[in-house]
Amino acid sequence: MENIRYDLITALPEIILLGMAMLVLITDLFLKQSNRIAIYGLSQLGLLLAAYFTVTTHVPSVGYAFTGAFVDDAMSDVLKLMIYIGTSLIFVYTRQYIQLRNMFRGEFYALVLFSVVGMMIMVSGQSMLTLYVGLELLSLSLYALVALDRDHHLATEAAMKYFVLGALASGMLLYGMSMIYGMTGSLNISDINHVLMNGSGIHAVLVLGLVFIVAGLAFKLGAVPFQMWVPDVYEGSPTAVTMLISSVPKLAAFAFVIRLLAQSLQTMAVDWQQMLLIMAVLSIVIGNVTAIAQTNLKRMLAYSTISHVGFVLLGLMSASGNGYISALFYIASYVVMTLAGFGIILLLSRKGFEAQNLSDLKGLNQRSPWIAFLMLIVMFSMAGIPPTLGFYAKFAVLQAALQAGFLWVVVFAVLMAVIGAFYYLRVIKLMYFDEPEDNSPITAPFDMRVILSMNALALLAIGIMPQGLMTICFYAISRSLS
Amino acid sequence: MLEYFLQHILSFSIWLPVLAGVLVLFTANDSKPNLTRWLALFGSVVSFLVTIPLYTHFNFADGGFQFQERFLWIMSFNIHYHLGADGIAIPLILLTSFTTVIVVISAWEVIEKRVAQYMASFLIMSGLMIGVFSTLDAILYYVFWEAMLIPMFLVIGIWGGPNRVYATVKFFLYTLLGSLLMLVAFIYMFHQTGSFAITDYYQLPMPLNVQVLIFLAFFAAFAVKIPMWPVHTWLPDAHVEAPTGGSVVLAAIALKLGGYSFLRFAMPIAPDAAHYLSGFMITLSLIAIVYIALVALVQKDMKKLIAYSSISHMGFVTLGFFIFNNLGLEGAVVQMVSHGFISAAMFLCVGVLYDRVHSRQIDAYGGVANTMPAFAAFAVLFAMANSGLPGTSGFVGEFMVILGAIQVNFWYAFLASFTLIFGAAYTLWMVKRVFYGEVANANVQALKDLNKREFLILAILAVLVLAVGIYPQPLTDMTNATVTQLLSHLANSKLPAGL
Repeated sequence: MENIRYDLITALPEIILLGMAMLVLITDLFLKQSNRIAIYGLSQLGLLLAAYFTVTTHVPSVGYAFTGAFVDDAMSDVLKLMIYIGTSLIFVYTRQYIQLRNMFRGEFYALVLFSVVGMMIMVSGQSMLTLYVGLELLSLSLYALVALDRDHHLATEAAMKYFVLGALASGMLLYGMSMIYGMTGSLNISDINHVLMNGSGIHAVLVLGLVFIVAGLAFKLGAVPFQMWVPDVYEGSPTAVTMLISSVPKLAAFAFVIRLLAQSLQTMAVDWQQMLLIMAVLSIVIGNVTAIAQTNLKRMLAYSTISHVGFVLLGLMSASGNGYISALFYIASYVVMTLAGFGIILLLSRKGFEAQNLSDLKGLNQRSPWIAFLMLIVMFSMAGIPPTLGFYAKFAVLQAALQAGFLWVVVFAVLMAVIGAFYYLRVIKLMYFDEPEDNSPITAPFDMRVILSMNALALLAIGIMPQGLMTICFYAISRSLS
Repeated sequence: MLEYFLQHILSFSIWLPVLAGVLVLFTANDSKPNLTRWLALFGSVVSFLVTIPLYTHFNFADGGFQFQERFLWIMSFNIHYHLGADGIAIPLILLTSFTTVIVVISAWEVIEKRVAQYMASFLIMSGLMIGVFSTLDAILYYVFWEAMLIPMFLVIGIWGGPNRVYATVKFFLYTLLGSLLMLVAFIYMFHQTGSFAITDYYQLPMPLNVQVLIFLAFFAAFAVKIPMWPVHTWLPDAHVEAPTGGSVVLAAIALKLGGYSFLRFAMPIAPDAAHYLSGFMITLSLIAIVYIALVALVQKDMKKLIAYSSISHMGFVTLGFFIFNNLGLEGAVVQMVSHGFISAAMFLCVGVLYDRVHSRQIDAYGGVANTMPAFAAFAVLFAMANSGLPGTSGFVGEFMVILGAIQVNFWYAFLASFTLIFGAAYTLWMVKRVFYGEVANANVQALKDLNKREFLILAILAVLVLAVGIYPQPLTDMTNATVTQLLSHLANSKLPAGL
């Protein structure tokens, strides 16, 4: 009895959010369009409650629930809080956008909340099966969200592509997991680690399993050579959904990688380090070089994401506490930047007009100096120019990789960062040096403007005082990985 | 109160102009341009006044870092907010805060669109550049060094000429590439010492091959900034497209960031590599002095000509660094300060003409002295200073470097002294074609002589150019102890024992 109580309390945030998603679905049935704003409030309330219980049930030690299939440690709590904040921002930024596009329905909010529950399970999964279930809950919700605007042919195509390739990747992941299970006789992360530490299992089979797992993970992260879906899905999805896909799920994917590679297959680090190294280098090259050729803003950001993922892999590849901390720091910074970037794109969109081409940013400094300034911060942060947050993200990852002895990889990565700087500069050029083509006023709800400004300014503020975020990342990793 | 101020004077010097810039950005806009201008002027003058005690309270006998401030900034990486300035940094800090005042005045009614953004960019840039000159922590230094690119990028891009986008992107990417390699060197040394303190790096022994790599990483960052031949090609582009204020700051201060950083980082951190590669560095410097001077000779665009002349004069600075003697080094520092005044003045003179005729081509002018006599007097003075006439500041630095070079190798001095001929040739030939002769066309006929504002800034600069030329003692007194200390540090090998 005591056990069940403990299990339920440990998973309370997930349970609450799941309940809220159901409630949103049911309430939605009884609401008129004019009252629909209530489901927005309910969703935000759900996140707030989940955050409240995540904080109050937090203990600095590691706790296992559901016979070891679910874990509550510092990393899971920190990541969950980041996910709540990110999702809450997404709700604020997308409200007007989806209202104008006739997508302001219960499904949107319920699906987003389901995907959040999926992310939380990924973050807290301590068994390969739990992790997989979390991943599928996230992925299936995202597939549906991409196709939410069902009359839009690009979106439908993107959803189809995403679904087919995503299912393939899930299959690969499962296949890899089955190999590991076959060799170790366990699905539990810590048990697998113990078995492997004792040196049992045939190495060749384990490596085969590892290859499939890494391929599956790379697909979900969008790392080269499994990146094909990223640009198409980013471009085809409604911007509100692109914003979701490109931001918070990366936090869950990070936890997924840590649980699988760093915690359960830690003894095989030599093997997966090389795979991650190759993917990191390729992602940085292809992401940065291809982004230059893009004229569509969303596609450009898709390739930019691929290169950011490359940098995250660079940190993970170091296979040290320092490396994991830097990777978490990078991904957290990335989420803040991405949310602000897509927030501004949503701000520029209006009824019947999608801001999605680079030329839509032309002369923004004359239309609205403040928004142009915010975008300037976001772009310099993505390019990694101090004093913005993006600089410390790159700095942290590079120093971890250098500490692990990859000097020439680091030199190569910084050369690629210069190429990357070019297309971010082009955005600034369009905003500041060109004349506007379209002079329609920019309308946005007050709360969105304020929160978006705070979000972008946070890049500058944390860039000047980065210690806080670094401490959080250090706490999350050092308390969870022994 | 005064005690507190003096303890934090470097912080005040850095953050006052930044704060003023932000204030200008937010309190004023294009509807009240005069308010913006006065606010910017007030901010820049106060920022300049704040830096003056750096001179009056300087301990001339001490070659180390003075006015130090230090507290922990980023614990995770042991990064400190550590400021301090020595006898080489302080003249450059004063030069920076002074130039900002000049730039603000020079833009007064010339800049009409987006005045607040223009003024704010220069004020913020001024603070960031003072930051570069006064940090003793590698990451803090890197933050200032890179952050300074952002306002400069915007200044050239927004208020520049027709080809401004190409020029400003080239400027940014060139500088960024070099800087990132420097960052890798910093991280490498961080893993060796566990710290980002520059003074810790001074003590870190390293084998020669590592020192050479680190030196080359620094070289990539600083040679681009100075700029040295053959990585100089961004400078003429940037200068030609930049508005007058942008050119002034680029030539007077931004180039000095590179020169200063050689003395602060590359040479003392990797002294053996600096000696090992000195032949290479001297060769590049001599190529810049002689070859770039010849390139300057054939320019048709006045700004381009002055840009090439800047590269040639900065060749003297690097030559002075790498001959490793007192005269050379001190001469190089004097040359940096003097070039700050002269190049600023030269670009302002071009600006004066450009504002009236909207052309920078030499052949668009002729006989300007007839219609603008006062202006011509100033321009000729600055041209003389640029070609190194005794009695002007241009002479002192070049003469000291040549004297220093003779002590090392006659031929270095011989080649370097060519600049006195070529420098005179390209500058005076330009002056002759622009100012003398018959009035060339109706545009020149319609020229109005200097207004009070232009007269004021050119007069101040003229006084400074002559003052440093006739009595350079205060400047050399300031750098003396630091240069001696630096040279004795450079004389000690940092190779690990047993190698």
